[in-house]
Amino acid sequence: MKLSTNFVKDYVDIDVDVKTLAEDMTRVGNEYDSAGNLINATKLVIGEVKECEMHPDSDHLHVCKVDVGTQVLNIVCGAPNVRKGLKVIVALDGAELPGGTIKKGMIRGKESNGMLCSIAELGLEHKFLSPADKEGIHELPADAPVGKEVIPYMQMDDGVIDFDLTANRGDLLSILGMAYEIGAIYDKKVKNIDLSFKENSENINDTFKVEVKTENCSIFLAKKVKNIKIEESPAFIKNRLIASGIRPINNVVDISNYVMLETGQPLHFYDADTLKGKLEVRMARQGEKLTTLDGNERILSANDIVISDGEKAIGLAGVMGGLETEITENTKNVIIESAIFDPIKIRMTSKEILRSEASNRFEKGLDPNRTYMAIKRACNMLEKYAGGEVVGNIAKYDTTDLSNRKIEITFENINRILGMEIPKKDTLDVFRKLGFDCKVKNEKEEKNINYTESEKDLQKYDIVEVSVPRRRGDITIKEDLIEEVGRIYGVNNIQGKLPDIAPKAGSYDKVTREIRNKMISMGLNETLSYILVNDKEAKMFTKDNTELVSLLDPMTEERNTLRHSIIPSLLKIYEYNKARNVKDVSIFEIGKAFYKQGEEYGESTKLAVLMTGEYYLGIENKKKVNFYVIKGIIEELLDYLGYNGRYSLVADESKLPEELHPGQSALINVNNDIIGIIGRVHPSIQKEDIYVLEIDLDRLLDKKVSKMKYKEISKYPNVKKDLALVVNKEVTSQELATLIKKAGGSSLENIEVFDVYEGKGIDQNKKSIAYSLTFERPDRTLTDEEINELVEKIIDFTNKKAGAELRK
Amino acid sequence: MKEEIEKIKKVAIESIEKATNAKELEEVRVRYLGKKGELTAVLRGMGNLNAEERPIIGSLVNVVKEELEEKINQKEKEYELAELNRKLKEETIDITLPSTKITRGSKHPLNRIIEEVEDLFVSMGYDVVSGPELETDEYCFERLNLPKGHPARDMQDSFYITSEYLLRTQTSAVQARTMMANKEKTPIRVICPGKTYRRDDDATHSHQFSQVEGLVIDKNISLADLKGTLEVFVRKMLGENLELRFRPSYFPFTEPSYEVDVTCFKCGGKGCNLCKQTGWIEVLGSGIVHPNVLKMNGYDPEKYSGFAFGTGLDRLAMFKYGITDIRLLYQNDVRFLKQFDRCDR
Repeated sequence: MKLSTNFVKDYVDIDVDVKTLAEDMTRVGNEYDSAGNLINATKLVIGEVKECEMHPDSDHLHVCKVDVGTQVLNIVCGAPNVRKGLKVIVALDGAELPGGTIKKGMIRGKESNGMLCSIAELGLEHKFLSPADKEGIHELPADAPVGKEVIPYMQMDDGVIDFDLTANRGDLLSILGMAYEIGAIYDKKVKNIDLSFKENSENINDTFKVEVKTENCSIFLAKKVKNIKIEESPAFIKNRLIASGIRPINNVVDISNYVMLETGQPLHFYDADTLKGKLEVRMARQGEKLTTLDGNERILSANDIVISDGEKAIGLAGVMGGLETEITENTKNVIIESAIFDPIKIRMTSKEILRSEASNRFEKGLDPNRTYMAIKRACNMLEKYAGGEVVGNIAKYDTTDLSNRKIEITFENINRILGMEIPKKDTLDVFRKLGFDCKVKNEKEEKNINYTESEKDLQKYDIVEVSVPRRRGDITIKEDLIEEVGRIYGVNNIQGKLPDIAPKAGSYDKVTREIRNKMISMGLNETLSYILVNDKEAKMFTKDNTELVSLLDPMTEERNTLRHSIIPSLLKIYEYNKARNVKDVSIFEIGKAFYKQGEEYGESTKLAVLMTGEYYLGIENKKKVNFYVIKGIIEELLDYLGYNGRYSLVADESKLPEELHPGQSALINVNNDIIGIIGRVHPSIQKEDIYVLEIDLDRLLDKKVSKMKYKEISKYPNVKKDLALVVNKEVTSQELATLIKKAGGSSLENIEVFDVYEGKGIDQNKKSIAYSLTFERPDRTLTDEEINELVEKIIDFTNKKAGAELRK
Repeated sequence: MKEEIEKIKKVAIESIEKATNAKELEEVRVRYLGKKGELTAVLRGMGNLNAEERPIIGSLVNVVKEELEEKINQKEKEYELAELNRKLKEETIDITLPSTKITRGSKHPLNRIIEEVEDLFVSMGYDVVSGPELETDEYCFERLNLPKGHPARDMQDSFYITSEYLLRTQTSAVQARTMMANKEKTPIRVICPGKTYRRDDDATHSHQFSQVEGLVIDKNISLADLKGTLEVFVRKMLGENLELRFRPSYFPFTEPSYEVDVTCFKCGGKGCNLCKQTGWIEVLGSGIVHPNVLKMNGYDPEKYSGFAFGTGLDRLAMFKYGITDIRLLYQNDVRFLKQFDRCDR
């Protein structure tokens, strides 16, 4: 809402500069975007063109002699309409205009000591310019006093504050609402609005009907004004509209906008002669067509409220009028509509069709008292500024409650919530400043307040009943009153304290943080990527049979779906870095992935890793990432989380996503439950060696792990034995290890692979895997004999089960 | 015999002294003290001696033997020391060559901020809770006093999945979840950091961003409690001497509502570009929990009151680390990420 300070000064006497007003309003909760003058320009005076000749070296410049009162200046001007005798706006040497500073100088060899200005050069937006002003410099009236300051002369010495209002303060979308608010701040009374006009002896109800056929209209008023004369509005109306951001059109249209600005009640003016003696409010028929004022044909739905002439829709209620019944240059008689429509319906319609100054106000809710006030004010102004004759009586439909809302609260309640001790007198004073009447009460008696009472007079009363005018639609419950007291009384003196509540220890998700720190300690960089991806990426690297989760109304096609896996996001990050010549990328992310199953939506927390390039740095330990590096990462994490011995990698192509290399990928199983995938990215997706893994953390962490407990260290020495077994290539190390463990029994304390060999000395279809076995018992020393027996047993068993033979 | 022994001794000592390395010394040891050595031979030849001479000569041989052994050992130690010194010298390395690096990962700046906020509130007895990012309209809006058609819904342009499901626009959704989950309706003290989503994308807005929400419900919770809590929070995160300003505002789920400004930490309140010459920077939204919100989620507003606050963590991270463009937080340039790889004390 752009507030013209001249406009609001009609209703409240204040003497503060624009900036102070804006800051003081902010303090009570009304933030502003900008505050300044309507015209930000200096050193502008009225001049008269005394001589005007063509510039000898130009086909469009003129060399003028301009009388500015104190002197006659040589000024070169390029406007087509400059001519002798014209009264003009002169920017003197040193004038500050929105476009820059004016300096005297030479223009193609001719001296120029200033500039003759157009309205646009004063900083007004193009849409506010009259057709003539769009063509050239502004032409002032012939009687404009030479030498006088231009801005006051044109009545454009106005301040403008552009407020960024909160959604609950619909009342501030009016000059009167602003006046009450400003009045509360500076303790000033709001002045009355002039609603006087004469009515002729006719009765509108004799010739005109209003009919409301929907519950979505609570009040509908119509008055008729005859014999109006369409012309240009007086300067103050035009300028105030411009300051408020509305384009002036003609006196009648401008008055409807002016009254809306003033009262907050949108009005609609119909050319009475285009109507059929009736206005009807109803819901639109599905698919019904209406051409609005802006010339666009709108196709309506059954959720839109329309105004009809009894036959067809002639206006989109609360949003915009129809083209057919609009005020034209030839309009003589006007029907004024002042009504209130359902805010939610208007909101839906305006969201669907278009937003307007009117719909913005209807959406936030209106005061029905203003519905009456506005229609009277419009009559007053049409009589005064358009020579109209107001027809007697009013056509009306009204189901509204015009009375004040009564809300009770205890003084103790206000102080308890604000956490400060405000004297009762001061609390009541806040309500007085806001223009609310009050009563104080206790169990036995009550007393009307005239605000002269002392604290002592008020002592025995613990309750205040506040009578809130309808204009403050935002105040409906006692907490709203607490807010008002806080706002106007001020809360910045409150002494902050910590809540006085029972002590207890706080808690947080320790495991996730442990995982994050573990990943970082392994040299991985944590990323944070968008969960919105495109629909093609969304299901990559998953093999689930769930549906895509898509946005109804995405901002771009690149981000139209919720990801099912984090890996595609990490791949994008890899590409981003590769393009910047960063090729060693070891990253991880903990985040949500989403799915839809049937009608159910769900999300799970996942951990994803991507590794490529070199992992260890330094001169000795460069290691190119391969499958075993990333496998080491997941194993280290699982061991750290306490899953040692409970996980395995399983190469099962049928269950692995096709985006992974079929020969270098695996499922990650914990307790024989698939919790994730690991492997190399399929070369058809990325030529480079890129390794990824992803696990479902929710699923993993559901698997309980025993508490950390001390286990007795064996007092007896352990014995290490190395064993190299030759097996067919298809036999995996894990299979063999499982067999060894089984044969070795409880005395086999640990088993580790220390070498894998294929080649010379080994059959072509075979490989040798060398294990280091550690034997140990907690209760005694194992004898050489026992150990040799165990080794024999292992060799026999693996031979029987997997055809393993001792490497010679 | 005696003379013979003395002679051997003399020659042996000379040989020991003459020896120039461990090998020569060993030869000396073998020659005189070995099984077939000269002194051993003397002992062996004692058979020819009479019973009186035998112990005298025997002990003399032993004394000489010990003396020679000691000399040899001493000389040996000298060689060892020299050898050690030589070896140490040989093993000297260039300690300025690069080390074998242990790769250090990095923690994303936003998560650093989240952990810092969590630690602070945990220390004040808060529980850190979380909720779904794919939320229902009911929890994101309706249970927070924002019925369908409410104009304040415009403040947050949402990503809807269906008419009922959306990406949460605010962590406030967790307020309602926390209250609903508390079946006994006991006091609540939680914060909820997390990701949020709105249809907005430019240098200062990201369609995905992070917030932290705080909620305290108990008997007699007041604005003074909110102020004190936020003072602790803001000062810990942004600077100890900062002042807070409560500016009345509007949020549907709190009444009264305040936006909280803090003394501009760049200029100290004098006015600068960062604070747009106002001396204040808006950092938080907050207020006293709206009675409708308490009621809708099972708490009796006549018995309980509470405060809630929320703030954007991206901006906090940007302030704290001097990050100028929010998009840096989501681009994941490894060169950016690696700047956050150490303990920030």
